[in-house]
Amino acid sequence: MLLIRCPWCGERPQIEFTFKGDASVERPSESASQEEWYDYVYTRTNPRGEYTEWWHHTAGCRHWIKVHRNTLTHEVYSSEPPVHKPREQE
Amino acid sequence: MKQSYRSPHGGQIDRSKLLKFKFDGKSFTGYLGDTLASALLANGVRLVGRSFKYHRRRGIFGMGIEEPSALVQLRTGARSEPNIRATEIELFDGLEAESQHCWPSLKIDIGSSSNLVSPLLPAGFYYKTFMWPKKRWMTYEHWIRKAAGLGKSATERDVDRYSKKYEFCDVLVIGGGPAGLAAALTAGNSGAKVILVDESFKFGGQLKFDNVQLGDKAALSWVSEVQQGIKELPNVTSLVRTTAIGWYDQNMVVALERLSDHLPQPDNYVDRQRLWYIRAKQIVLASGAIERSMVFGNNDKPGVMLASAVRGYANQFAVQSGKRTVVFTNNDSAYATVSALNSMGVSVEAVVDCRQQSPGSEARQHLGNTRLMQGYVVVRAKGKRKVRSVEVSRLINHETIMGAERIPCDLLCVSGGWNPTVHLFSHAQGRLEFDDTIGSFVPGQKLPGIQVAGSISGEFATIECMRQGVVAGRDALLEAGYSERENAPVPELTVAKTTPMQAIWKVPELPKQKTKNFVDIQNDVTIADIELAFQEGFISVEHLKRYTTLGMGTDQGRTSNVIGLANLANLRNENIPSVGHTTFRPPFTPVSMGAIAADEHGKQMGPLRRTPLHHWHEKNNANMQNSGVWQRPYYYIRTGEQAVDSINREARHVRSKVGLVDVSTLGKIEVQGRDAAEFLERVYINRWKSLPAGRCRYGLMLREDGFVFDDGTTTRVSENEYYMTTTTGNAGPVMEHLEFYAQTVWPDLHVHLTSVSDQWAGMALAGPLSRDVLSTAIQGVDVSNENLPYMGYTEGWIEGVDSRIFRVSFSGELGYEIHVPSEYAETVWESLLDAGKKWDIMPYGLEAMTTLRIEKGHVVASELDGRTTAADLGFERMMKKDVEFIGKKLSQRPALTEKGRLRLIGLVSKDNCSIPRGAQIVERSNIAPPADTIGHVTSACFSPHINKEIALGLVKDGDQQFGRVVHATSLLTGRSVPVEIVHHIFFDPAGERARA
Repeated sequence: MLLIRCPWCGERPQIEFTFKGDASVERPSESASQEEWYDYVYTRTNPRGEYTEWWHHTAGCRHWIKVHRNTLTHEVYSSEPPVHKPREQE
Repeated sequence: MKQSYRSPHGGQIDRSKLLKFKFDGKSFTGYLGDTLASALLANGVRLVGRSFKYHRRRGIFGMGIEEPSALVQLRTGARSEPNIRATEIELFDGLEAESQHCWPSLKIDIGSSSNLVSPLLPAGFYYKTFMWPKKRWMTYEHWIRKAAGLGKSATERDVDRYSKKYEFCDVLVIGGGPAGLAAALTAGNSGAKVILVDESFKFGGQLKFDNVQLGDKAALSWVSEVQQGIKELPNVTSLVRTTAIGWYDQNMVVALERLSDHLPQPDNYVDRQRLWYIRAKQIVLASGAIERSMVFGNNDKPGVMLASAVRGYANQFAVQSGKRTVVFTNNDSAYATVSALNSMGVSVEAVVDCRQQSPGSEARQHLGNTRLMQGYVVVRAKGKRKVRSVEVSRLINHETIMGAERIPCDLLCVSGGWNPTVHLFSHAQGRLEFDDTIGSFVPGQKLPGIQVAGSISGEFATIECMRQGVVAGRDALLEAGYSERENAPVPELTVAKTTPMQAIWKVPELPKQKTKNFVDIQNDVTIADIELAFQEGFISVEHLKRYTTLGMGTDQGRTSNVIGLANLANLRNENIPSVGHTTFRPPFTPVSMGAIAADEHGKQMGPLRRTPLHHWHEKNNANMQNSGVWQRPYYYIRTGEQAVDSINREARHVRSKVGLVDVSTLGKIEVQGRDAAEFLERVYINRWKSLPAGRCRYGLMLREDGFVFDDGTTTRVSENEYYMTTTTGNAGPVMEHLEFYAQTVWPDLHVHLTSVSDQWAGMALAGPLSRDVLSTAIQGVDVSNENLPYMGYTEGWIEGVDSRIFRVSFSGELGYEIHVPSEYAETVWESLLDAGKKWDIMPYGLEAMTTLRIEKGHVVASELDGRTTAADLGFERMMKKDVEFIGKKLSQRPALTEKGRLRLIGLVSKDNCSIPRGAQIVERSNIAPPADTIGHVTSACFSPHINKEIALGLVKDGDQQFGRVVHATSLLTGRSVPVEIVHHIFFDPAGERARA
């Protein structure tokens, strides 16, 4: 079982998370063509090696995070919030 | 029976504690500190099992985890377990064990006739013979399994408890021999958090079995000295009876601790076994080495044993494995067996050493006056039931022998060298390297986070192992961020020179020898089998393994694998490294299913969810059933009713008077913030900004691929606060979906999501009299049609409880959904029933609710199956044309918009027979499958209101075919029902009743 670092909660076991898939694809704009949308939804590279994935800390803080890891060695390099730094506690 | 093979003195057993045990129904005695194997040997029991394929007689061969033959059925009843190694079972009083693989008894085994026909049972016999006819395989398999008989699993429920434990440490030391102990003390002295595990019941490793002297001190005194040092360190956890069974990613090791297996049964409140998940910064792998066998004629007979095992039984248990002995070796280590036997007064007839070179000085000391036959080999063992003599020949070269001398004996000790236990290193993807000097594989690279120490590295001298342990412990503590303090003490001694091992992978045969020469004695794989497999083209190690079963089974070829590889390499005319080795995979030793499951079985497998009204349902004759993860009331049965009567009564009552149903399982999400309306606009296919506060709306959401995801009503509670409901099954997935978009796609939107499914209970009050009931029960608000119209929302108090009132209808009747804080659910529910007494209110269950919704053509998960589009379900006009929303782009794909898609329709049975759920819809009733279907039935029920069997279904262009008669055919039941395609709303199509 992998340990995944949540930017908000620290290292947590994999069972706390839900996997969604490729985080390198960018959601197309409204004006994008149907082909671009098709690629966004269906076309994946499935690399052997480094990969960036979406994981949801479902049984934790419920944040979606980007995890950079290796599909061959299962090494987890780093993880980051989706777009911006974690908000300061208000 | 007297323990006639036990020496009167010596050993590490407690002679004051006599234990009774039974083997195959016969009573014996042993001492505390014995294993079942040592106790059997002490009692002179030589025959302990029959082999797997040929049913040959087998005795105890090894003394630990490597044991291939002495597998027994241990204990009886619910605790009975098959395939347990007698060499690992700690003796307890009252132990009962049975031999395996034999019928009717160990001594007269009918299956042993397969030994006589063995020329007909070559490698791959079963593959070759039982191929035809194919369909008979199931019959054959039954008998083959019976003949093979790998013990029997208990048929009763496991009565013991198991647990799991998660642990973190700086340094995990695997193996408590000289290397592991030195590493643990060195690392522990630095203050690092250390865990030391060893599979045996006490530390010391090989030193327990070998009577090693370090200068003028016994090595065992070094063991107790180091152990004492470790005991004084609070930061070191020592675990005995704990086997590291696998290495996993990020340096996590899983270890099995056998807490109670050495006892007749676990003490009260103590687990039988515990599975540890240990995450270590650093691992010191000091897992040792296991002795190999030798390949010669009848090398499987009872009385042929590993030299290390014979030595171990002598030193640890004071047991004589035989009375007249021959030692056959290719290395120096076996010589210590001679002195161990001599010290018990057992005579050693000869040491047969295949090497031309003389053994080293230490070995010669052990040898004493015993006859040494240098450059000789044992060609075969002889004797009907067990070894009575051996034949020894002069080894000329690898293929030639000369002469034969017969030496009478009842015990033959063999040593073919040592295999480092590299399994966990291999699990960690470490590359192995073939070391010619020891004739085996050793770790061939440095792995991050893993230090290797002791005989796993191919270094077998005790002092060297200790030194390596100190180095590994030091490296590990430094890597883990600690500073070196005090190393474990290692005696200042020089290592005596040894003569190198000489590989001899099979002993040449005498002319017309006609013996079986075993490589793997657990799986009955002989040299001839390997040769045959090679001839037939199975030349890769992985193929050889699977074709011959070499190295499979409970011992995984611990004593045999390398020998098999070497012989394959020889046949291929290549060296061993280029032939390679099979892959080592976890677990290292068999693990009981109980330990793997631990608490996660039965009700603990998955949570069972109950609504806040569960107890009320139970008290009121509800038929409770599992629906997904939920327990829900299906109907409330009354005296004299069948289930169908209850369901129809409840459904009729809702349409004629008033009913109350528990809808607490709905998913509920608070959507708040100043951009909440914009967020919903993007999530749902229909409009939300136009919805005023105090109103509800039905919403449908798609997935990004354009198919329908979920539906439900969402209410604008106030300007920036929405209360969303989802279908029961999608409560979790919808929440995740919304969080994904809010956090990653539109982080600029000010919206906050909170799941409140558990905080709010829901109940639906439905029926023409529901307003009368509600207005009686509620305080503080006017619920007249003017003040609370259809799809309106208001708040009030019922029995003093804050209640959210939604005028929505799933049944199609005038109705209200009432949501209250969960802890008050029963109060409010009972208050509504009280208020409704006057109007004859009645609770209704999931079945009646389903009937009502099918009559109204409302879709649920059966129709929202992930393959339907909004248009398929008749919602095309809900879709916004001018505003973007999730899934819009791909919902416009040609395949999702073209004609010929399955569309939601209603079906009415033409012959009043019920319409089978899940039935395929075909055009004619008399076509045999495979037939083209034009759709399928999604939900079906009897409608008490139109008095017909009805269904919802999805039919190709169904919305264009009203009035057509087709057939609902169930391949499961073989029933076919003629059905007419109709509009999916059967009842009150204008929706007047809900608006009344």
